[in-house]
Amino acid sequence: MSTDPGVWIAAFLTMCILSFLYRDNPFYRFAEHLFIGVSAAYWAVYYYYNILQPNLIDPMFVQGQLLLIIPLALGVMMLTRLFPKVGWMSRWPLAFIVGTYAGYNLIIYLQSDALDQVTATLVSLVQVEAWQTLFQHPSFVNFLYAIGVPVVIMGVITGIIYFFFSKEHKGVFGGLAKIGIWFLMVAFGASFGYTVMARISLLIGRVYFLLHNWLQLI
Amino acid sequence: MKVLERLEKIDRRYVFILILLAVVIPLLFPINFKIEVSEPVAMLYRTVEELSPGSCVLFSFDYGPSTMPEVYPMNLALVRHCFSKDIKVIGIALWPEGVQFGNEAFRVAADEYGKEYGIDYINLGYKAGGVVVVSAAAEDIATTFPQDYTGRSIEEFPIMTEVKNFDNIDLIVSFSAGDPGTREYIRIAQGRYGKKVGTGVTAVSAPAFYPYLNAGQLQGLLGGMKGAAEYETLIQQSGLGTSGMDAQSIAHGLIIFFIVLANVFYIAGRRKK
Amino acid sequence: MKKEVPLIITFVAGMIMIVQYFVPHWPFSNLQQMFNNWFLIITVFALILGILNLLKNHIEKVSRRRKGWLYSIVLMTGFMIMGVAGFVWGPAEGRPFDWIYWHAHVPMSSTMFALLAFFVASASYRAFRARTAEATLLLVSAILVMMSRVPLGSYMWSQLPLIGDWIMSYPNMAGQRAIMIGIALGVVSTSLRIILGIERTYLSGK
Repeated sequence: MSTDPGVWIAAFLTMCILSFLYRDNPFYRFAEHLFIGVSAAYWAVYYYYNILQPNLIDPMFVQGQLLLIIPLALGVMMLTRLFPKVGWMSRWPLAFIVGTYAGYNLIIYLQSDALDQVTATLVSLVQVEAWQTLFQHPSFVNFLYAIGVPVVIMGVITGIIYFFFSKEHKGVFGGLAKIGIWFLMVAFGASFGYTVMARISLLIGRVYFLLHNWLQLI
Repeated sequence: MKVLERLEKIDRRYVFILILLAVVIPLLFPINFKIEVSEPVAMLYRTVEELSPGSCVLFSFDYGPSTMPEVYPMNLALVRHCFSKDIKVIGIALWPEGVQFGNEAFRVAADEYGKEYGIDYINLGYKAGGVVVVSAAAEDIATTFPQDYTGRSIEEFPIMTEVKNFDNIDLIVSFSAGDPGTREYIRIAQGRYGKKVGTGVTAVSAPAFYPYLNAGQLQGLLGGMKGAAEYETLIQQSGLGTSGMDAQSIAHGLIIFFIVLANVFYIAGRRKK
Repeated sequence: MKKEVPLIITFVAGMIMIVQYFVPHWPFSNLQQMFNNWFLIITVFALILGILNLLKNHIEKVSRRRKGWLYSIVLMTGFMIMGVAGFVWGPAEGRPFDWIYWHAHVPMSSTMFALLAFFVASASYRAFRARTAEATLLLVSAILVMMSRVPLGSYMWSQLPLIGDWIMSYPNMAGQRAIMIGIALGVVSTSLRIILGIERTYLSGK
């Protein structure tokens, strides 16, 4: 067993939170609230040391970049949201944040998440190498890889058709939308599988801490 | 049928105990399953291998304790790989908690490879703003990150003398648990500045990154603890990723067993009706 | 003042970000860099607002002795200890702040999320049913991916990792790409509406 008091505190807090699995209890609630308080202070400290000091206080008060009074004023206006009577002032900095994000997003989403994706979908239907492999070593897996590109093109087009709600999903359009749902289901299944994987990994991390760092059994 | 009904409505705490055992037992008694490397992981490994000594990479620590077991092993493995090849590493963070994990990975790997803070690597700390931070740093790192994470001016550090903006960066790797993270680097660093971007992400978000990988916007993708284990296999230095794979296997097997069992009950129940 | 000025600010900030993308030279590149730096500062105040709001709520809870007020004291104590450690000794390695981070923050945060492993297992048992053809497809895809991603899968069937890779790289990728393009088009249109002042919901409230 570890002799480090820090490890014992960490183990105690880990147990407090794991106790929720039995039922909600005072140990869990204690750790939950302590966690929120510690997290909030952690963020506050980093906001000061990593942003306010290097990007505002030092440039403004040490190097004399007086124009920074504008973001400082907007920042203070943001805090007026705490006081209902003058809360409307927070709209100015909020408008700046929203406007900047909107300007960025308009361009970058269009390029990286739409146009580049369409370009990457429009490739040759026949992947010569994959078909050569299939003819040399016929197998179910090689067949899957040979038909990969048509599958992608079909999946992307029908998936987008499914999201097109301005036209009723009937007839040929409805049939294609149905195929789109199948692709989405496969994608959601893969996401579920990966989600399970992620959650188990997090548990492995904590159990590893308890067995390795605390109990020193492994 | 009563037995089936009872099993279907079993107290979930029994399920909890079984999952706990599925994780604890393989950790106590390892099976040492062989880990096969997938292509997205090998791609990132090859990209780092192709960098020459003295190159400079930017690591972005965009995760926190909530995803530590998945992302930290990747982070450590990549830092080790870079240090082993004498590649300089600049760390930044789009998540505040990422700073501390970046430090820890640097500390462990620097001890192993005799690297020095400020010369071979540096941690410039955290900035809020996601896409705006990446865009600002791409143009001018010193204006965006005038000080390192402890508040020392970056002019004090030799590593920063030749690095002004993303033009001086050879590869960017984001260790990401969500947004802001990898997507910001894909959209700005790759999309606008044409930089090479690789990533290590949580398993939850990994499937959503395959379109970027397919489109050539990513140079490689590590997904979850398995991705970390594969990278550890490639650099031949095992860590938490490798240690966790036995437990991961057994726990997956158990959950699949639960799903199949529950569906057998469901189908049997439907037939009865 | 209350509506018009924010709409003008949104328009100007948004347009500068768009224009500098196509004209990355003076004056737009300089304006963008200046606005970027301002953005970092203003954003941090928004985050501080969140922290102040949290503290305000818990101070109120304690002062009015509302249910669970003792836990609010725990929260504020945690905040004070971590805050003092950070602001007095700084965040560097080996300082009290760093120690508390590794021995309190990290275990609590990671255990909180580790709990999800138990709930996802329980949900798999209780709710994951092949009720329809679509649900069956989802279930089969999930099982194949789960098994193919772990070493045990390749021991069971050597082709399983390849099948997993195929699902991820082709049908999954196609589905994800369709979702991605749909989201991108939605974001683009919403952004345009925001910049042009058509979408104003973010200005509602006080």
